[in-house]
Amino acid sequence: MSAVVLPAPAQAPLKKGISEETFWGVVLLIPYFVVFALFVVFPVLYGIWLGSSPSAYTKLFQDPVFVSTIVNTIVFLLVAVNVKMLIALGLSAFFLQERAWIRWLSVVFLIAWAMPSIPTILSFRWMLNPEWGMLNALLFKWFQIEGPGWLTERHYGLTWAIIVHIWKSLPFWTLILLAGRMGIPKDLYESAAVDGATRWQTFRYVSWPSLRGLYLTCVLLSTIWSLGDFNSVYLLTGGGPIDSTHVLATLGIRYLRMDQVDVALASIIVAMPAILPIVWYMMKRLSADHTAD
Amino acid sequence: MKFARDWPLYLVGIVVFLWTIIPIYHLLIIAITPQQEAVASGLFPKNPTLQNFELVLGAKHNMVQHFWSQLGTSVFIAVMVAIITLAIGACANFAITRIRIRGGRTITNIALLTYLIPAAFLAIPMYKIMGEYRLLDSPWSLIFAMVALASPYAIWVMNQASTKIPRELDEAAKIDGASTMQIFRFVYLPLMVPTMVAIGTYALLLAWNEYLYAFLMLATESRLTLSVALGNFLAFDDAPWALLMATGVIYALPPTAIYYAFRRYMVSGLTAGAVKS
Repeated sequence: MSAVVLPAPAQAPLKKGISEETFWGVVLLIPYFVVFALFVVFPVLYGIWLGSSPSAYTKLFQDPVFVSTIVNTIVFLLVAVNVKMLIALGLSAFFLQERAWIRWLSVVFLIAWAMPSIPTILSFRWMLNPEWGMLNALLFKWFQIEGPGWLTERHYGLTWAIIVHIWKSLPFWTLILLAGRMGIPKDLYESAAVDGATRWQTFRYVSWPSLRGLYLTCVLLSTIWSLGDFNSVYLLTGGGPIDSTHVLATLGIRYLRMDQVDVALASIIVAMPAILPIVWYMMKRLSADHTAD
Repeated sequence: MKFARDWPLYLVGIVVFLWTIIPIYHLLIIAITPQQEAVASGLFPKNPTLQNFELVLGAKHNMVQHFWSQLGTSVFIAVMVAIITLAIGACANFAITRIRIRGGRTITNIALLTYLIPAAFLAIPMYKIMGEYRLLDSPWSLIFAMVALASPYAIWVMNQASTKIPRELDEAAKIDGASTMQIFRFVYLPLMVPTMVAIGTYALLLAWNEYLYAFLMLATESRLTLSVALGNFLAFDDAPWALLMATGVIYALPPTAIYYAFRRYMVSGLTAGAVKS
């Protein structure tokens, strides 16, 4: 990793000062290195080793659940990320408006992000219960409609998992894009207004050019993190009915429960070619921003 | 006149409000519905009651008999994760940005890489290695796992904050004869307090809210975290939902309150760190 070489024993007091600093630099990094080695590097290596038997991959690729999981994951990502980011982009313009009540609303809006996700996901789950849940009860009471089994049919189940996911993470991304919008100088908007620009033109030629980079960053980050959203699917549908709503984040746990550790790890390893390039690109991107400061 | 101009804003406002509040409202009203009635018949329970909260707080139902020890476990794990993450983060960050140790950039990049990989994909390898370390079912397995996940982010956000502290301060202290550790203690730490508050809160909430890792690594019922205990309700077909929701409300209150209390720090510290174009 980092090649830290202690300077040769030095007589000069100046040299001694440097070595004291370097000494402490190394010492202060030890706790992080220990944690990183024991709880990141070793598990990753161990996981690769456990998931290295070719038979695990044969089993994985022959499992029909794996194929439907890939489809679910792609649908989940495409829909959840894009819908969420477009709404966040729009809402960030809404929350930019200077009204006292909008400031209060933004405080309320944040609660979905501030609250732990488990109670609200379970609240959704009970609300959507076909027989006793509130949604179907009200549908029947108000419109005499027999609501469907929201969580016992694949398409509904997946749709609700996406909605729950968006519900939870929307405030965060809105906040980020709002911060981006607040960084746009006001006089740009003023001169656009003087030139008689329409709303769309103002967005297209003033807001968007400044937000584009941030928006791309958000989309990519959100893609990686949505891929790792375990709770929204697992606690809502549990992957069911008959394993039809699994995504990659929950599939590993399914194999683990079936005592197929090697297949579980294989299912994670096959996802890496999709994840690592984005992660790598994001790391370069974020770390380049950092040096530009 | 103003209303006429603002009506699209009001419309959006109402939609945003309802969208946000519906699941939470549902959570709250089921929590005050008598258990026998947990079947939702309308928008409001006919006989609202605090009986569910009494059962939970008194641990008077077999689903919540370990409530207090589970709460204790959650608190212990969250506090330890916050403390250890802060300690590791501050030390590493000082070495990277103030001492400017060689290879600091590489360490930052590795931390960033760890932070970006979704935690769900590391859960199974982590679970297996905890088995090798004989740490399973101990709160320390979860503490170490959460520290490993939180400290890369801590280092990265702290790096951004600490580069804003002028180097002249360190140099002036050095001329006055301060040792490296004195600079750490008396120059660096006091100036980093706002960022430390943000990171501490982040780590605390991350650990408190964690479900997947906790559910994999902890087994003994009385020593689960509350999050896993909530998930375990689902194992029963006739889960007492009203009780589950009441427990959920109690579980959600502390982190939500903490989040709002430190919202200023969280917003300035974390949004600047999380995404910066």
